[in-house]
Amino acid sequence: MKVSLSWLRQYVAVPLEVPRLAEGLTMAGLEVDAISDRFDYLESVVVGRVDSVRPHPHADRLSICTVDDGSNRLEVVCGAPNVVAGMRAPLARTGSVLPDGFKLAESVIRGVRSQGMLCSRFELGLGEDRSGLMVLPETLALGQPLNRALQLSDPVLDVDLTPNRPDCLSILGIAREIAAIQQVPLKPPVVAPAEVAGPIRNLTSVTIEAPDLCPRYAARLIDNLTVGPSPAWLRDRLLSVGQRSINNIVDVTNFVMLELGQPLHAFDFDRLRGGRIVVRRATAGEVFVTLDQKARVLTGDMLMICDAAMPVAVGGVMGGLNSEIEAGTSRVLLESAYFNPISIRKTAKSLGLATEASHRFERGVDPDGTLAALHRAARLIAEVGGGRLVEGCIDEHPLPAPARVLTLDVSATNRLLGTALTGTDIQRLLTSIGFVAALEGHAAHDRLTVRVPSFRVDVQLPEDLMEEVARLWGYNRIPARRPRIALGTSAQAPLRNLRQRARSVLSGIGFSEAINYSFIPAESCDQLCLAPDDRRRSLVRIRNPLSEEQAVMRSSLVPGLLAAVGRNLAQQTRSQKIFEVGKVFLAGGVEELPEEVEMLAGAWTGQRMENVWYAPAAACDFFDLKGAVEDLLAGLRILGVGFQPADASRYPFLRPGVMAAVGVGEDCLGVIGEVHPDVARRFEVKQPVFIFEVSLPQMERHLPRAVTSQPIPRYPATVRDLTVIVDREVTAEAVMARIREVNTSLVEDVRIFDAFEGKPIPAGKKSLSFRVTYRSAEGTLEDEAVNDLHGGLSQRLVERFGAGLPTGGA
Amino acid sequence: MDATIDKIYAEALAELAAAPDAAAVQDLAVRYLGRKGKVTGFLRGIAQLPSTERAQAGKRANEIKRALEAEVEAAQQRLSRDRETVAALDVTLPGRRIHPGVLHPLTQVTGAVCDIFARMGFSVAEGPEVETDYYNFEALNVPKYHPARDMQDTFYVSDNIVLRTQTSPMQIRVMEKQAPPVAVVAPGKVYRCDSDLTHTPMFHQVEGLLVDRDVSFADLKGTLTAFVHEMFDPQTALRFRPSFFPFTEPSAEVDIVCVMCRGAGCRVCGRSGWLEILGAGMVHPNVFRSVGYDSPQVSGFAFGMGVERIAMLKYGIDDIRKFYNNDLRFLGQF
Repeated sequence: MKVSLSWLRQYVAVPLEVPRLAEGLTMAGLEVDAISDRFDYLESVVVGRVDSVRPHPHADRLSICTVDDGSNRLEVVCGAPNVVAGMRAPLARTGSVLPDGFKLAESVIRGVRSQGMLCSRFELGLGEDRSGLMVLPETLALGQPLNRALQLSDPVLDVDLTPNRPDCLSILGIAREIAAIQQVPLKPPVVAPAEVAGPIRNLTSVTIEAPDLCPRYAARLIDNLTVGPSPAWLRDRLLSVGQRSINNIVDVTNFVMLELGQPLHAFDFDRLRGGRIVVRRATAGEVFVTLDQKARVLTGDMLMICDAAMPVAVGGVMGGLNSEIEAGTSRVLLESAYFNPISIRKTAKSLGLATEASHRFERGVDPDGTLAALHRAARLIAEVGGGRLVEGCIDEHPLPAPARVLTLDVSATNRLLGTALTGTDIQRLLTSIGFVAALEGHAAHDRLTVRVPSFRVDVQLPEDLMEEVARLWGYNRIPARRPRIALGTSAQAPLRNLRQRARSVLSGIGFSEAINYSFIPAESCDQLCLAPDDRRRSLVRIRNPLSEEQAVMRSSLVPGLLAAVGRNLAQQTRSQKIFEVGKVFLAGGVEELPEEVEMLAGAWTGQRMENVWYAPAAACDFFDLKGAVEDLLAGLRILGVGFQPADASRYPFLRPGVMAAVGVGEDCLGVIGEVHPDVARRFEVKQPVFIFEVSLPQMERHLPRAVTSQPIPRYPATVRDLTVIVDREVTAEAVMARIREVNTSLVEDVRIFDAFEGKPIPAGKKSLSFRVTYRSAEGTLEDEAVNDLHGGLSQRLVERFGAGLPTGGA
Repeated sequence: MDATIDKIYAEALAELAAAPDAAAVQDLAVRYLGRKGKVTGFLRGIAQLPSTERAQAGKRANEIKRALEAEVEAAQQRLSRDRETVAALDVTLPGRRIHPGVLHPLTQVTGAVCDIFARMGFSVAEGPEVETDYYNFEALNVPKYHPARDMQDTFYVSDNIVLRTQTSPMQIRVMEKQAPPVAVVAPGKVYRCDSDLTHTPMFHQVEGLLVDRDVSFADLKGTLTAFVHEMFDPQTALRFRPSFFPFTEPSAEVDIVCVMCRGAGCRVCGRSGWLEILGAGMVHPNVFRSVGYDSPQVSGFAFGMGVERIAMLKYGIDDIRKFYNNDLRFLGQF
């Protein structure tokens, strides 16, 4: 909402400087976004001197002037009859935007270049005179911007209103706030009421068939008028808040709407069939052409203003082309009404039509302000249109708004605000802004009965009054106090702790955290080659996405992570270790919330160790990432973790043979593997990249509930090595399990310290070397006993796996 | 007499300083402190002295003997350490590092915010990001077709399911589950269809809610003031401005003095000297009604803040989209 100081001053004295005024409004909850000046556009219009005038070679009425703007001499084509050498006149430079919206560019007029424009008063929005150039006094310095030369200034505040304050969608409303802030009187415009009766009832009528959507409809008639340009004062007022003049009739309706906040509509009375108004719901499917020349298809719940035959306006939203004021209009029916805010909003939304009128009606105009605005506008129309006001007025008012009277408890107010205000303080504050507050409760004065002014549609509850009290008293005068907070009132979010520990383990081993958008492109599932029946294809689709790239909620963290890897590679970051924790979304039934599962995913690409002097360069591989996942799970104290070859059909985006399911017992925590090169390329990743994705809730299930301390071994351990040659297909894990089984109480630890394929090992075989630690809790193991165990072990492996033992001993 | 022993000591120290290796020191020790050593010899000679000088000379000689013994010991240790020295390392070569990763700046800021409130006694709650219209709007006193819905551009999944536009639905979810008192903060992702230099379609908020008997606007001010002072610095001035949120009454916006210009006015604060960082207010009676709380008996305050906004101010980040590009050269800075 733009308000000019000049207009405000019609209703309230403003002794404050503009920045202080703006701050006062902001601190009263009417945030001033910007302060500008109505005459800012004159910054690029300067005082110029016409040095010479010569005739235009191709046009009789034009002349070519040389104009001195203080620093340069410009050639300007001019059509004004009063141009003479030596005069001073306003020169609009190229780039200027004039009040009628015209943007000046260097141009060629009838073959002659023109580097600016010499202006009339009218062209500059400074008066009526359009007969010739505005003549400037000799005393003005050349080149000075006109607003400064003529000392023209009218500050304009741009107030960012919250939706609860439709009463401030008017100059008078803002003036009321200013009056309260400054504690000065408000001077609203005086509006004479209509004659009690008059001939209007013989000329027209209003029938409300939908009182629920239109509780009040008032109308007046003005005849014998002439549509034409508005007088200067009216144009000036509208211009001061950035509105253009259209014609005298429409300008008045806009003026009164801006002044009082009540939208009005003027119909060409002679175009209303039957000369009467019917307010009713639209017929579904009906087509109606609005003022903006668009055909609109109506639905049965839209409120239409109709004549005897058909709709003439979408009530409270926009008028129709069929009853628009035209150049020849001589009789006007002026509408002032109160419409149901919800109905207006529904209609405006479904028509995709937001107007100054609908903006006000959907927030709620003053239900008791209908007539004042009607009378004010009717008289002004008669005045500026040279017409005659038909006596009397129609005021159909089937559903009057009940008066709102609230009881405000002084101590409850102080309790909620933390203040120590008296009943009298509160009374004074509320009165200053138009409430009628009476103290009650006899001597104690601990209660007030407050009548809410009709325009304050936002005040419905005592708490709303408390806010009024607080803001008028000043939020910054309320003390700041530390509350007492009851300890541990709510349970901790279940995954929070786990998530934080996982983050710290992963960052500790070199992974940096990414946060990607939860949206991904719909085709991500295809890019990952997911099977048609894959659960991750149950996508949550957004109805109104910003782009196709952000059309669905992710069902896996993998696409986002790969895209991030791709972007980093494009920035020449060739080695990357990144991870992300976040939710994935799996659609449920229609109108059901999706399943949200928090996942943890990581990616590693490039070098194992980047550019170090102590090790040769080596690319990271599956076991680097596996090690990271093992560290992660070990860091979380999740025990019994196993890695098994994964079901390739479930993970078609991974490279066959280079993937493993991560599990604990029967539970699958997630997967690790190398991204299939074809898939990686779709994300602009052209080098091997290894990823993991695990489920946080699954991990949470396997966190140790309790940890019990174990005794530290008292007796020394004995270590023996063993190398076996087995078929390639035999897993290391299977051999290790067999070794442990030999004697679960004496085999303390088994490690693989070498794994080898190739010569001299026969094809199809591999060699595995184990280091077995034997220890007893009962006493020091004798060498002989260990030798027996270890010898038996070799035998078992030979039997179980058909293992060979290396020749030459090891 | 004293002069003699002091001279012996001075001689010994000079020789010690010149001793090239451990053997020389050992030799010196024998020559001075051994059975036939000079110091030992002097001590033996004391008996011959006149009785008047004997006591003082003995005392002095013993002091010197102990001092020399200590010097010899120190020299032996020094020389033995030197023997372990090998060819010097180039200690400027980089160490074998793991290169720890970094947590996302938004994670760090969210953590810092939650920690401050946790120290005050707030618990941390979390909830769904895809929400019903009821939790996101209606229960928060924003009925369908209310103009306040224009305050947030909503992503819709269906007529009644939205991506939450705010963390405020957590107020309802928490209060539905437990009776007062309530003291929670709820961090999380929120979504609005908006994208430019200062808006991303997904961002992070932290919601706060305190409900108990006699919680007042003054308590809200005190709590948020303490928060701002911990999050920024204890000198940070702040102001409370009336505003409007459908689920609070009275409602406030909280500004802090611009962290860039200290209130002088700059580009970051739009020359106002103030930065808006929080929305807050007293819980609206209709919100209490929707969760079945007895509103005259309890009162409460709620607040919400944008994590990106705070992170941008704290770290001097000019483009919100940097948070979601995940450029490791950016992430590594925090």
